[in-house]
Amino acid sequence: MSASGLAMGGAVRPRLRPLQRARRRREGAFGYAMIGASFALIIVFTLLPIAASLGLSFFSWDIISPPRFVGTENYERLAADNHVVNSFVVTLGLAVAIVLLQLVIGMALAVLVQQRRRSWVRGLFRTIYYLPLLASTAAASVFMGYIFNERFGVVNYYLALLGLPDVPWLTSSTGASATIVMVAVWQSVGFTFVLFVAALSSLPRDVLEAVALDGAGPVRTFFSVKLPLISPTVFFASVVNLINAMQLFDQPFIMTSGGPGTSTTTTTMIIYQTAFQNLQFGYGSAISMVLFAVLIAMTGVQFLVARRWVFYS
Amino acid sequence: MNGYALTVAWRRVLRGIGIGILVLAAIVAFGPLLWTISTSLRLPAESFSNPPQWIPLRPQLSNYVAVFHQIPLAQFFVNSVIVTVLIIVGQLVTCTLSGYAFAMIRFRGRGAIFALFLATMMVPLQSTIIPVFIIIRELGLSDSLAALIIPALGSAFGTFLMRQYFLQLPRELGEAARMDGASQFQVFSLVYLRMAVPALATLAILNFSSFWAEFYRPQIFLQSQQNFTLPLGIVSLQGSLGTGSVSVVLAGVVLTMIPSIVLFAFAQRYFLEGITAGSFR
Repeated sequence: MSASGLAMGGAVRPRLRPLQRARRRREGAFGYAMIGASFALIIVFTLLPIAASLGLSFFSWDIISPPRFVGTENYERLAADNHVVNSFVVTLGLAVAIVLLQLVIGMALAVLVQQRRRSWVRGLFRTIYYLPLLASTAAASVFMGYIFNERFGVVNYYLALLGLPDVPWLTSSTGASATIVMVAVWQSVGFTFVLFVAALSSLPRDVLEAVALDGAGPVRTFFSVKLPLISPTVFFASVVNLINAMQLFDQPFIMTSGGPGTSTTTTTMIIYQTAFQNLQFGYGSAISMVLFAVLIAMTGVQFLVARRWVFYS
Repeated sequence: MNGYALTVAWRRVLRGIGIGILVLAAIVAFGPLLWTISTSLRLPAESFSNPPQWIPLRPQLSNYVAVFHQIPLAQFFVNSVIVTVLIIVGQLVTCTLSGYAFAMIRFRGRGAIFALFLATMMVPLQSTIIPVFIIIRELGLSDSLAALIIPALGSAFGTFLMRQYFLQLPRELGEAARMDGASQFQVFSLVYLRMAVPALATLAILNFSSFWAEFYRPQIFLQSQQNFTLPLGIVSLQGSLGTGSVSVVLAGVVLTMIPSIVLFAFAQRYFLEGITAGSFR
């Protein structure tokens, strides 16, 4: 198409002959047909629902009797609802701990694995660190619940051999939060690790050689050269991991049921209880809208802060 | 000892610490999985007795028989296969078609519609699940596998992934085929589709990882036991058995992991690519 435009004298916007115009229209129709199925599914199962959630959040509805418009009542109620406010504090605490550990451990392991000379050794460690991702979070929550069991669990057994007292892993607030963080990080750190290994191994070789010739040590090379060069990947990992961690559900739901008390009740669990157990669909929608707003705000802040430290070559 | 020898010694120590950390992390990563496998091979009465037998001396397969009597595990397995396979096939079709269109075909509003697709990737599942639940209920699909499958047949992320792949394929091939009289659909199906096989494999594996393991939506949509998928079934088994026969539950856990492990053994590359493919590079 562009070639024929040039042949017509390089006009800025070449007039199309009727034949070409018909051809382009047919191409357009083909394009719409090709995106049709995806677009329809996204409209019905994402765009309409998000609009419906927003609308529903101004109603009171138990799915049986007709919905009743209540204005901003749901939002006023949740701002004063200790369970909801507490769930956001809990979720934020768990999510920040999880993401920081994922980034630090993922980076440390990636750097150390990259130092191995033999490729089969690198491959072996990569495979082992990926293995926890092959269990479902539900399955992992089940067996980790046994492993961290206070009386019979294997963790406390080995701690006792070291002369340490039994730790109430799942039966105290601090213990339960720590256990959920550990289980989530144990299972998912392989994701961050794989991302960082890919980024480190794609660093330009000539730059690294030049740095080595200048006599920089490994620590200096990492902080002054490698880390800035892979900062876009670090940024990507922190955004994706935080969005995922803010939606934590399986581990607390299965291992602690949100307890003891409400110490590990996350916002997604509150939404689940409100909507699908108490049948408060309007109130549940309002909480889900606030969660969405919090996610957008957090991602926005990450993008703003990223201007200061993310380096795009 | 001169300065040079000192740095050499230091380097050795540092390297030793590095290897130590890697091995320790490998033990931590693999330990819980090994405990799960070896405990699933112990007698139920011994399953909680410490120290654990990391390598079972007399492996018992009785738990693997028992778990099929405790819950309809075979049924759960079939359900999980149906859900996962249909979602994979559905997304391979819808995402390939739309990803190709966004990369290769010019049509009015393409940029705007694609931006809309990208924007939906930000929307968390929690913020759409209540209306989706209502839609499913209105369609009469509550408590059915279709409730899990139909909403997942399309994907903005999958479309994005396929578009990125098609964008880097040479456009000249399609133009040449058009000159030779191929229709637009033939250009897609005969020229480009076969070149996209690695991207299709990556998308399929990504979907396998997320939907084989999915817990949240099944927990919301499925009520009757005969419709349970494996993760839901395992959690319900744990709830009904308590701590009495841990090894039976663990046998169930190991069985649910076998398909993932087998697939990983054969297609590790696509598992790893699935992670990096999403990173907008």
